[in-house]
Amino acid sequence: MNRFRSLLGGLLGWEFSLIILVGAALLIGGLLSPDFLTGSNISFLTANFSEVALMALAMTLLIIVGEIDLSVASILGLCSAVIGILFAAGVPMPLAILAAFVTGGLAGLFNGLLVTRLGLPSLAVTIGTLALYRGLAYVLLGDRAIAEFPAFYTNLGFGNVPGTLIPLPMALFAVLAILTIIVLHATPFGRSLYAIGANQIAARFAGLQVERVKLSLFVLSGLMAALASAVYTFRFASARADNASGFELSVIAAVLLGGVSIFGGRGSVVGTVAAVFLIGIINGALTILDVSNEILTIVTGLLLIGSVLVPNLLTHFRTYQQRRRIKGDSVIQ
Amino acid sequence: MKKRILLLSALALGLSTLSFAQAPTTIKKGLKITLLPKNINNPYNVIETQGGLDAAKEIGAVAKVVGPSDAGASSQVSYINTAIAQRQDALVLAANDANALLPYLNRAKQAGVKIVTMDSDTAVSGRTLFINQANSEGIGRAQVQLLGKLVGYKGDIAVLSATPNATNQNTWIKWMQEELKLPRYKDMKLVKIAYGNDDDQKSFTEMQGLIQAYPNLKGVISPTTVGISAGARYLSTSPSKGKVALTGLGTPNQMRAFVKDGTVTAFQLWNPGDVGYLATYAAASLASGMITGKQGETFMAGKLGKYTVGKDGEVVLGPPYTFDKANIDKFDF
Repeated sequence: MNRFRSLLGGLLGWEFSLIILVGAALLIGGLLSPDFLTGSNISFLTANFSEVALMALAMTLLIIVGEIDLSVASILGLCSAVIGILFAAGVPMPLAILAAFVTGGLAGLFNGLLVTRLGLPSLAVTIGTLALYRGLAYVLLGDRAIAEFPAFYTNLGFGNVPGTLIPLPMALFAVLAILTIIVLHATPFGRSLYAIGANQIAARFAGLQVERVKLSLFVLSGLMAALASAVYTFRFASARADNASGFELSVIAAVLLGGVSIFGGRGSVVGTVAAVFLIGIINGALTILDVSNEILTIVTGLLLIGSVLVPNLLTHFRTYQQRRRIKGDSVIQ
Repeated sequence: MKKRILLLSALALGLSTLSFAQAPTTIKKGLKITLLPKNINNPYNVIETQGGLDAAKEIGAVAKVVGPSDAGASSQVSYINTAIAQRQDALVLAANDANALLPYLNRAKQAGVKIVTMDSDTAVSGRTLFINQANSEGIGRAQVQLLGKLVGYKGDIAVLSATPNATNQNTWIKWMQEELKLPRYKDMKLVKIAYGNDDDQKSFTEMQGLIQAYPNLKGVISPTTVGISAGARYLSTSPSKGKVALTGLGTPNQMRAFVKDGTVTAFQLWNPGDVGYLATYAAASLASGMITGKQGETFMAGKLGKYTVGKDGEVVLGPPYTFDKANIDKFDF
């Protein structure tokens, strides 16, 4: 129990530091540029990472159970191509979006079946489907771009909640983030994810249906990518096969920086959300300061390395201290 | 008393109409202008934006070049937003996607940022002026005319383009196809339009693919600086050198070696520096209130002289120029 509490404390510490960093990034950005802390800029800045944020929610759950989905951005591209090609063929938009969700769900199911039924490592499976789904998107849409969507839908992607500066995609994200927090931290299903991630064999002996849980999370990840594809397609009024390519790295960077252990069993949604904002705000501040795009990529990379390195160093430091203490005790004896 | 107020207000009204009636005749000093190329690592764009910076220096404007490192549909959006947040007077851009940027450009317009596109246009509603390098019809037809001469008006020909939704390339290709309908080209057949995505490696392999797939290929037009230099690099070491005529749009510095070793006989281009130069003068004239973008308005563009705004806010730089062994050494860009 004590250990559990200290673990919880450590996690809260990480999340708390992230939230402090978000505040610091906002403050420093505001100090360096008078144009940074304006309502419209912050509004745009948050809208700009809404797809990454949405996909990071499902990714958090997947990484907690010790799996990963590298194909999310490709699923987004595939679903975007599906929306585009169906709309161009005259299919009503609601049906086209539904088809995107079916596509995303099936893509996730395929990932999940390969991992759970054949016992393949998800890292390898989803590197494969990363290429596969992106390829399918190109097969569907070729090098074309479908645009000219009805204004109602592009406004959904581009607009704000009426009367506020909150982008609609971000409002959607807020609702889903709260739902995910509740499911992960306040339901037996959520607790079972930690159990599976911490020790899969023990979880199985405890009667948890490990395979089924994992399968459902892969499907969820696919559905989230489909949702993100609708947001992306409407936000940019452009369905292209290359939409959001490379976003998987931003998603995973956010989840890991958020304190979710890449080995599973540890992490929280609050951490992921804070990390998504931190990366987005740092990128936004650097952009407004006219820092070149290459530097921006380097900063994101360093954040990711730091997020894996710092907790690791802390653990090493703690075990080192413990060992010293034990040694000290034995000397006294 | 009443009379005096009336008189005063009449005077004030008269003064205000007077000041409205006279459009400023000089460019304001210290205008803030953002130059946003398609991507910042493309040598063509470097020359183009350098022309813009040169013009800014002449008129005492504060100009800067910002931009993404990839030419994806959405990657310019955050820079448009930054220009709004930084309250720039004008934004000069080469659009990566004709539709994806529209809502963001409209927001910039509402915020009072004057929008001038150069090189690659958005839909008309997205900008006030478009600086066209040359009349699209002129470019398209001139390239077919040049290739016709090079291949003796006989044989299979192909086009190696940039991205499939690049607005400028697609318009030129349309006019190439029009030109090919003339009776003198009856023995020339356009067998394939390949897309190298303005990526050196992809263009290189697409050129290789064209030559392997069409054994009777006599000529290739590559209306993009990336495509023609990658294509020439492949051709210079292939057995088809001297048998397949390659022409298109390239810069003298990129093509010099290939013209001298006989891989390429002739190619065309305008001076990209002049495009950026003209666009910056146009943007500054708009931002100073000297012109509003209506058809028939005229403005001065420094060393380039006087220009007239055409239909739909289009300003044409001039006809393309043909470079060959005899004249290429006179140009350094």
